[in-house]
Amino acid sequence: MVTNITSLSRTGLRDWLVQRVSAVVLAVYTVFIVGWLLYTETLSFELWHALFEQTWMRIFSLMALVSLVSHAWIGMWTIFGDYLNERALGKKALTVRFLSQALCGIVLFVYIAWGVQILWGL
Amino acid sequence: MSLQVSVYRYNPEQDSVPHMQDFTVEVPEGKDLMVLDVLALIKEQDDSFVYRRSCREGVCGSDGMNIGGTNGLACITPLSEAVRKEKLVLRPLPGLPVIRDLVVDMSLFYKQYEKVRPYLINDTPPPATERLQSPEERAKLDGLYECVLCACCSTACPSFWWNPDKFVGPAGLLQSYRFLADSRDTATEERLSDLEDPFSVFRCRGIMNCVDVCPKGLNPTQAIGHIRKMLLEKGS
Amino acid sequence: MSKIRTLTFDAIVIGGGGAGLRAALQLTESGVSAACISKVFPTRSHTVSAQGGITCAIASVDPDDDWRWHMYDTVKGSDYIGDQDAIEYMCSVGPQAVFELDHMGLPFSRTEEGRIYQRPFGGQSKNFGKGGQAARTCAAADRTGHALLHTLHQANIKSGTTFLNEWYAVDLVKNANGQVAGVIAIDIESGEVAYVKAKATVLATGGAGRIYASTTNALINTGDGVGMALRAGYMVQDMEMWQFHPTGIYGAGTLVTEGCRGEGGFLINGEGERFMERYAPNAKDLAGRDVVARSMILEIMEGRGAGPNKDHVLLKLDHLGEAELHAKLPGICELAKTFAHADPVKEPIPVVPTCHYMMGGIPTNIGGQALMQNAQGEDQIIEGLYACGEAACVSVHGANRLGGNSLLDLVVFGRAAGLQIKKSLEEGFDAIDANDADIEAAMVRLNRLNESSAGEKVADVRRDLQNIMQLNFGVFRQEDNMMKGLEALDALKGRLANLHLEDKSNIFNTARIEALELENLFEVAYATAVSALERKESRGAHARNDYQERDDENWLKHSLYFPVDKRIGRRKVNFTPKTMEAFPPQTRTY
Repeated sequence: MVTNITSLSRTGLRDWLVQRVSAVVLAVYTVFIVGWLLYTETLSFELWHALFEQTWMRIFSLMALVSLVSHAWIGMWTIFGDYLNERALGKKALTVRFLSQALCGIVLFVYIAWGVQILWGL
Repeated sequence: MSLQVSVYRYNPEQDSVPHMQDFTVEVPEGKDLMVLDVLALIKEQDDSFVYRRSCREGVCGSDGMNIGGTNGLACITPLSEAVRKEKLVLRPLPGLPVIRDLVVDMSLFYKQYEKVRPYLINDTPPPATERLQSPEERAKLDGLYECVLCACCSTACPSFWWNPDKFVGPAGLLQSYRFLADSRDTATEERLSDLEDPFSVFRCRGIMNCVDVCPKGLNPTQAIGHIRKMLLEKGS
Repeated sequence: MSKIRTLTFDAIVIGGGGAGLRAALQLTESGVSAACISKVFPTRSHTVSAQGGITCAIASVDPDDDWRWHMYDTVKGSDYIGDQDAIEYMCSVGPQAVFELDHMGLPFSRTEEGRIYQRPFGGQSKNFGKGGQAARTCAAADRTGHALLHTLHQANIKSGTTFLNEWYAVDLVKNANGQVAGVIAIDIESGEVAYVKAKATVLATGGAGRIYASTTNALINTGDGVGMALRAGYMVQDMEMWQFHPTGIYGAGTLVTEGCRGEGGFLINGEGERFMERYAPNAKDLAGRDVVARSMILEIMEGRGAGPNKDHVLLKLDHLGEAELHAKLPGICELAKTFAHADPVKEPIPVVPTCHYMMGGIPTNIGGQALMQNAQGEDQIIEGLYACGEAACVSVHGANRLGGNSLLDLVVFGRAAGLQIKKSLEEGFDAIDANDADIEAAMVRLNRLNESSAGEKVADVRRDLQNIMQLNFGVFRQEDNMMKGLEALDALKGRLANLHLEDKSNIFNTARIEALELENLFEVAYATAVSALERKESRGAHARNDYQERDDENWLKHSLYFPVDKRIGRRKVNFTPKTMEAFPPQTRTY
């Protein structure tokens, strides 16, 4: 058993499951948005605004946002682990990897905070 | 018939860096030699050329190497499949430290194999005869127990290249599932618990190079899928 | 102490094949400090190539099966020079040893009842030869050796055996009392030479089929243990007895299991005739291996061979059907396609008798203790030296081994050696340490090779050796050819002393290992040649054109080859099994 404190859920199984479920949410959300755009004959700001005025749409969007963030974290965590490691970078790997993960974490947190602000128009 | 062969050479006692060396080997017409036969002919020219070999029939797994860019066993790869652009190019298995020429240090590969506890665990007292197993239960082990530990799969796997110390790799996972699938084994829970972490199994990204190169035609990716399913069933 | 490092264990096992791993497992499980020294990673050992199965009366397919029937077959198969006490031990302990393998996890094929699948093999009968063909060979498809070797390796991982993998044992170290006190060995990866010290040294180094040009044996089967024993001055037994397997793939030498014939395949000559019906009307294709191999050679010599040169025969399997072949003989289908370019589902496989197994070896008792003879010609134990598996001659195979008995030999006598060593250690060894001079003596040949400056190439000498043996000591033998062969070997000895090692590097130097192996091949070949000349009769695998009959009066005996004075002696065959009457020699027909 290899343990790692920086992975999202600290078990590979849950990470894997989260990545699969979040992928499904993102796929459904994408299909919905693209479909809505295609089936809306004259697209206007009012219609777009009206869509996002509805609570279910806000929840759906927030769900997609959370999915995006967790999906991205797991994916980026994997990529950092593969390429920013001791074999590739030597001793400085730990620092570089930690800084990259921190940066990634900040960006993703900003996505969430900003997204909530936009959705609920705070 | 003359055959051009380019082989990877590295002797740490002499060379600071590895290099490719060309040999011209006379091979008989009308007979499709195996790559291993060519290796022996090269060794007759230059006895400092080094490779592993034993059974010469594809069951011992000694002579895994990179043949014309693809991992395989030298003894069962005929020249007709191995020679590309009129040249045979031989390199050691990728991703493992080279000891000398085509011989790689397989310690990490064996360590990952041992990590999955590749032996039957059953603490109930054995019967006076064999433990019964139906032909259907036994059939689940087909495609798993035949592995020859040649390391062609694991050294073709990018996830294993990046994490040979943490990701068990296709060969080890195939063996892991061989015991998970054995009706005589009682340590399923413990075995699965050992595999839950983000690396051991889950570094498999389904690239399937392992399936592509396996000289015995086995399917480690499928076995990994079965392990994931078992983990999911256990976890939910 | 001398310059080299010393590693110390209570017991060391040289060889990581079936016998070595079984012995090591027994030792580790009983708490003995033991190490297994293997020149290859253990799963690369030649046991991996065994296909058809492990013969043992576990009474699965036939609930009435009896180990005594198996014993009868083995005695008859040996042409009556197998030791009956040893055969009795092997056949009676066998079931327990096989069930242990199942408990270790060996993936045996299964019957509908969930028991171990058994298939018919050559030389098997029910009711002491009177009840027809038996099915007694326990199988894991046609990959039994692979499954067995991996299972034993896995069991050793579980029990925590110390492995010195890719270490090559060069020579035995003998102390001032003539006891064996370990070996000199090379760590192949680093080139370091070390003295591995032990109270018990087990030679489980397997066979030496590579003395012949055409063999089913792996390239690593170079008789290292027998070579070491001979150089140390110890006698070897029945070295003229070499089994030629009827079905080696023509041109490639790779093995096609007897299980093919067990499952219903049969041999045909160039005219499409099932010729074994003429030579062995009852057992047909499942007669003893020596009988089938000789029949094939006779067919070819009489012009009824197959192919453009009429120099082989054919193994027909297509009538078994694709489903059956793929279920029961999947490995054979692969091998035939790769090495004979023939798909057994559609066409027969070209085959020819090919050197397969060394029935002779280091004589031992049932506990694997190696034997020598005292001045009175009585057996005497060599203290500290053990042997098991193909390197040893217990002797359970006598003049001809039955198919499936080698794997049983490995596990039964590997286990027995482990048990005996544990017992001997508990009783206390009165061993003295080897001194620097003893160690130096064991280093002589390595030093000579390392100092060579010019001379013969290993590959050239090896090729000549293999051709001499192939030509003069094959399936049929006769005095004049063998004399020629022996003279050629004498000439070769000079060239061997002049071997040149061009590459003197340390790291993974396989040229050095091949040179050392060649010397072992020569030792084995020479012992074979002298023994074969001396045995003036035809028995089992030893078939002489000039002495076509079995001569029980003079040769119901083991032959012994003494390396110091290159003399042949004789040793009594055991006819005193513990629990039953001995099987007296009879005319051997199938």
